[in-house]
Amino acid sequence: MTRFLAACLAAFLVSCGGGNPTQNQQNSVPASSGAAAPAAPAVDPAIASTVTGKVTFAGTAPAPAPIKLGADPYCEKANPGLRTENEVVGTDGSVGNVFVYVKDGLGTRTFTAPSAPVVMDQKGCHYTPHVLGIQVGQPLQIVNSDDTLHNVHGLPKANKEFNQGQPIQGMKMTHTFSTKEVMIPFKCDVHGWMNAWIGVLDHPYYAVTSTDGTFSLKGLPPGTYTIEAWHEKLGTQTQTVTVGEKETKDVAFTFKA
Amino acid sequence: MLPLFAALVAASTGVLIFAGGLVTSTGSGLSVPDWPNTYGWFMWTFPLNKMVGGIFYEHLHRLVASTVGFLIVVLAVWLWRAEPRAWVRRLGYLALAAVIAQGILGGITVLWYLPDAVSIAHASLAQIVFCLTTTIALVTSRGWAAGYADPKGPRRSDGGGDPRLQRIAIVTTLVIYTQIVVGATMRHTGAGLAIPDFPLAFGHLVPPQWDAKIAIHFAHRAGAATVAALALATAGHVFYHHRRAELRRPAMLLLVLLALQITLGALTVLSQKQFLVNSLHVVNGALVLVTSLVLTLRAHRARFADAGSAVSFAQRDGNAGSAVVFAERDPAHVQRRGLGA
Repeated sequence: MTRFLAACLAAFLVSCGGGNPTQNQQNSVPASSGAAAPAAPAVDPAIASTVTGKVTFAGTAPAPAPIKLGADPYCEKANPGLRTENEVVGTDGSVGNVFVYVKDGLGTRTFTAPSAPVVMDQKGCHYTPHVLGIQVGQPLQIVNSDDTLHNVHGLPKANKEFNQGQPIQGMKMTHTFSTKEVMIPFKCDVHGWMNAWIGVLDHPYYAVTSTDGTFSLKGLPPGTYTIEAWHEKLGTQTQTVTVGEKETKDVAFTFKA
Repeated sequence: MLPLFAALVAASTGVLIFAGGLVTSTGSGLSVPDWPNTYGWFMWTFPLNKMVGGIFYEHLHRLVASTVGFLIVVLAVWLWRAEPRAWVRRLGYLALAAVIAQGILGGITVLWYLPDAVSIAHASLAQIVFCLTTTIALVTSRGWAAGYADPKGPRRSDGGGDPRLQRIAIVTTLVIYTQIVVGATMRHTGAGLAIPDFPLAFGHLVPPQWDAKIAIHFAHRAGAATVAALALATAGHVFYHHRRAELRRPAMLLLVLLALQITLGALTVLSQKQFLVNSLHVVNGALVLVTSLVLTLRAHRARFADAGSAVSFAQRDGNAGSAVVFAERDPAHVQRRGLGA
């Protein structure tokens, strides 16, 4: 409760400030185990491995649909070509905005959350990025770069729901999550088309595919892992992969209609 | 003036229900995260050019609600000052208490992120407020007073001697209210499209599969059939046994609104909950309820008739000399208001 109140206080103080959004801090390098960690050893960078891969879609994917922005004249002017983001499929069938993460296999290792915030911006009346990952306890900074009002409405199930207004351009708020949860939907109730997804994990081994469908999970300790790929419309797929010391393994996920 | 003002308050309550329906239908309930302020602004100073997207519906609902709340305060005070009948004054106080509770429920449901129970209670209490303002408008109307003045007496004129009509009208009104509460439950639990086809349910008369949402949705459809049967029975009874327009008009209106309501309900499903159709379904449901209520009250008008009432209208409307008769029934109020002859 104390941490939550402190987070709320920090969010309030940040929201009163100004400044430009900072860069996203995805795929952070794993931190060493904390002092209170159980017996599991820290990850040795000298033997760390990597899992790379690509997510594709087999079949004919629907094209992103144009969004009617007439409800807010600012949005209509700022981002007239905005389209839905829940089907990012390239010409070769590659799928972007897929959250890929280690679902199982890290044992009892614990990881300290980075202090650098992950930034989610509201710009052109949509969220940037649309899908992102964050660690438990890591600050999420939410910025309103638009000259219109947004409300930031997180709808987690394991964490606490929140809804905060950002009526002024440049406003920022910071929020932290206390429990891992994949995935948490975000939405703006002012602009019904605006939504985003956040994966909250207790480790740093996650990535979001770019528009070419590729991802990379770096710094993994040698071991056998369950890797899950999550997409908001296509669902989830899992694969098991074993990596040795300083090894790079490639996995492919193929979603079907 | 009081009858006109009471009618205005009742009509504005109907407008408020439509505005509330728009909020839910557009999914705008949380587009203004704070309450009672709007994005930190005092409600009435919020810039109009910032009423964009969902804020337009939510903030508009708040503005209309505040206006209706103010009108009900004025109505309650007016009744307290000028209405000789104690039970009508009490209706004013009750409407005031209900609209205050309604405002608090509206604030709570925003601050607690629209919990189903609170949102359903908010929707259900809205109907009670509408019923109260409609009742006040009816019993303060000149038509109601004229019924008492009918030299042939209430038994001949308004169904006062028709216990069958009185019973079935009460049952119909209560069932309509229950049906609206079920509809609010369906609406706020996201069960509006749990059965995606109409008039069948998954191609069958009875759904072949069940879960909580399908059950709520099907209960609303079954409720509609029950309401339709009761409304037909009530209206049929009126048309067959009574000639007075004060009963036949609401009976006819009840049937028209009911047909419209079923059509809107079907269109709500078939249009995938198009927000305007959905909102019209909400407000028309409220109109079905108050129409049935008006018919019920008129069927029971004889119960409210007494020697003091006829005089009380004359007194309220400026003929203070008649108040001496009323003083025999409620001397304390006449003394309190300084209305005695």
